[in-house]
Amino acid sequence: MELTGAEITIRCLQEEGAEYVFGYPGGAVLHIYDALFTQDQVKHILVRHEQAAVHAADGYARSTDKVGVALVTSGPGVTNAVTGIATAYMDSIPMVIISGQVPTYAIGEDAFQEVDTVGITRPCVKHNFLVKDVKEIASTIKKAFYLAKSGRPGPVLVDIPKDISCQKTEFSYPTSVSIRSYHPAQHSDLGQIKSAVQLLLTAKRPMVYAGGGVILADASKQLTELVRLLGFPCTNTLMGLGGYPATDKQFVGMLGMHGTYEANMGMQYCDVLLAVGARFDDRVVGNVKHFSQEKRKIIHIDIDPSSISKRVKVDLPIVGDVAHVLEDLLAELHGSKEKPDQQAIAPWWAQIKEWRGKNSLVYKNSDEIIKPQFVIEKLYEVTQGDAFITSDVGQHQMWAAQYYKFDKPRRWINSGGLGTMGFGLPAAMGVQLAHPDAHVACVTGEGSIQMCIQELSTCKQFQLPLKIIMLNNRYLGMVRQWQQFFHGNRYAESYMDALPDFVKLAEAYGHVGVRIEKPSDVEPALKEAFGRKQQLVFMDFITDQTENVFPMVQGGKGLSEVILAEDL
Amino acid sequence: MRHIISLLMENEAGALSRVSGLFSARGYNIESLTVAPTEDATLSRMTIVTSGSDEVIEQIYKQLNKLIEVFAVMDLSEGEHLERELMLVKVRAVGAVREEMKRMTDIFRGCIIDVSDKTYTIELTGTGHKLESFLQAIDRSLILETVRTGASGIGRGDRILKL
Repeated sequence: MELTGAEITIRCLQEEGAEYVFGYPGGAVLHIYDALFTQDQVKHILVRHEQAAVHAADGYARSTDKVGVALVTSGPGVTNAVTGIATAYMDSIPMVIISGQVPTYAIGEDAFQEVDTVGITRPCVKHNFLVKDVKEIASTIKKAFYLAKSGRPGPVLVDIPKDISCQKTEFSYPTSVSIRSYHPAQHSDLGQIKSAVQLLLTAKRPMVYAGGGVILADASKQLTELVRLLGFPCTNTLMGLGGYPATDKQFVGMLGMHGTYEANMGMQYCDVLLAVGARFDDRVVGNVKHFSQEKRKIIHIDIDPSSISKRVKVDLPIVGDVAHVLEDLLAELHGSKEKPDQQAIAPWWAQIKEWRGKNSLVYKNSDEIIKPQFVIEKLYEVTQGDAFITSDVGQHQMWAAQYYKFDKPRRWINSGGLGTMGFGLPAAMGVQLAHPDAHVACVTGEGSIQMCIQELSTCKQFQLPLKIIMLNNRYLGMVRQWQQFFHGNRYAESYMDALPDFVKLAEAYGHVGVRIEKPSDVEPALKEAFGRKQQLVFMDFITDQTENVFPMVQGGKGLSEVILAEDL
Repeated sequence: MRHIISLLMENEAGALSRVSGLFSARGYNIESLTVAPTEDATLSRMTIVTSGSDEVIEQIYKQLNKLIEVFAVMDLSEGEHLERELMLVKVRAVGAVREEMKRMTDIFRGCIIDVSDKTYTIELTGTGHKLESFLQAIDRSLILETVRTGASGIGRGDRILKL
């Protein structure tokens, strides 16, 4: 039977098992929306802004191992989506974005709502396609899902002109896909595995540094097994939190700009570093020159060869799927006559213990005023560490990363690479849809939340009982912190004046709003909120305006040049 | 250091902009870039002349390989290779200069492919260095126009970049 391009598009999504498509209709996608209307297998979530559609698809993908799907119209639909696409690209999130385009005969004529979608999105997608023949829709969407999920994952965009979506052709979904110029790495070279194991066994001051690649490859089980077998200390990046259980005694906390003292010092002074699915980015190792002053051997596992030796020269590269490589390392270790020598690394652990003694995450609590760190600690207790936490970007993001101890992967959902304010709320919608019975909390600030606040309406329409934990310090806190440290306390435009009454705002959208102003009310408020299983509760925590995030490694400085709260 | 990179990719619309966009987005330098379909019309062969430290060249190589539509990348300058560039030069050729210009063209094994009563158009093929030498050898004030293609490169002997 012949189907229209629009019907084929929806059939393809069905074939790919897409549960939800997050989108916003418009002229160029009217045929596709018409095809959505006549079926109920793929459920459409109507957002209030296209940026949120992509973030929601992103949150859905991050909290599952599935590909997120977004659907937007041409022109402004696409340009609004770009922030979401770039966010997903920077964090390697598998996603397919379907965009409408003006009809093929109008392309290039500056038609109404026309933009060069393929051109605009090219630098922030893994790949993109403009479909110019209705016969190619099915094979292109098949390729898009395959590309999004395989190798180093990422967003893939399929641009479908309006005339193509209403032309007809026979539909058959390809059963297999191959792209002759695309062969992502799988298993690594056994010689490299053997060399890596040798190097690990000779280490006196070892360190395991694991990033978002562990989460994306669903390799936290293998990582945990390997780290425990070796007896080494392990740190996670912001993107890798939950990849290794945070409550484990071998975990030394997050590293990087706001990482723990022991993680950063361990990173700086180790003699053998095993980097797993991480990319030595500027917020993680700081100044590369400073980092490279210390002699150490680096083993780097990554699916993407271009991540290896990009910023930091690596001694032993292992290109491959992180889960497979870790399994190979485990097999080699189990088969090896030599065993990890815990005696040999005992002095190193003693050193780490000393660094831990600095207690770098300590803060001065107060009976008068709510400390933001305290809210996160209580959030952790009330949810028993088992919630999905999304965040926006800024101080609250760092506090959530520091004080919520993630024991499981895919529980910590944040925009690490691009640092997109406005990510948290829509991402939480995607997470809640993927996990209807789970506790989903969005940790945010009064700055970030306002960047996508319109999504409170979407939450009402689809009855998403999110818990919004807003740390309201009336400042763009991270900006203010930098201005305090590096710009002589000149708080240029970082004060948030004329804030709305968030309680009334939440109520206006049909939700429950609560303002919490006393430390003693924090825990009861959280308990009450999480008790409301059917309702979204917006919690406006009025927090200390002057609190800063510590420890802090300033931009351009080395990991051992850290500022602790006690230093000031 | 100067590197000459050869790559083979799908001959698709937008393929060139994926490559040139990559270079500009990551701040890599392009001295010249040539592209045309191969004997298999579904494939494009590109030659890029660039420069950078060893680390930068390694990243360029990896980033090019990462493009979905790229089959293979080869740094020709890592081994024995040939490179040629085509140049068309239009010169003012009147009076005594006419004979001199013809002689220089012969010396450089070029040929005059268009003649008018006041101009010659000279075609010259060779390495970039040879083309530069020719331009220096003739009176610069006589040059009306030069058009250069940028280098195309190929490995020597058994060094083959193929599907």
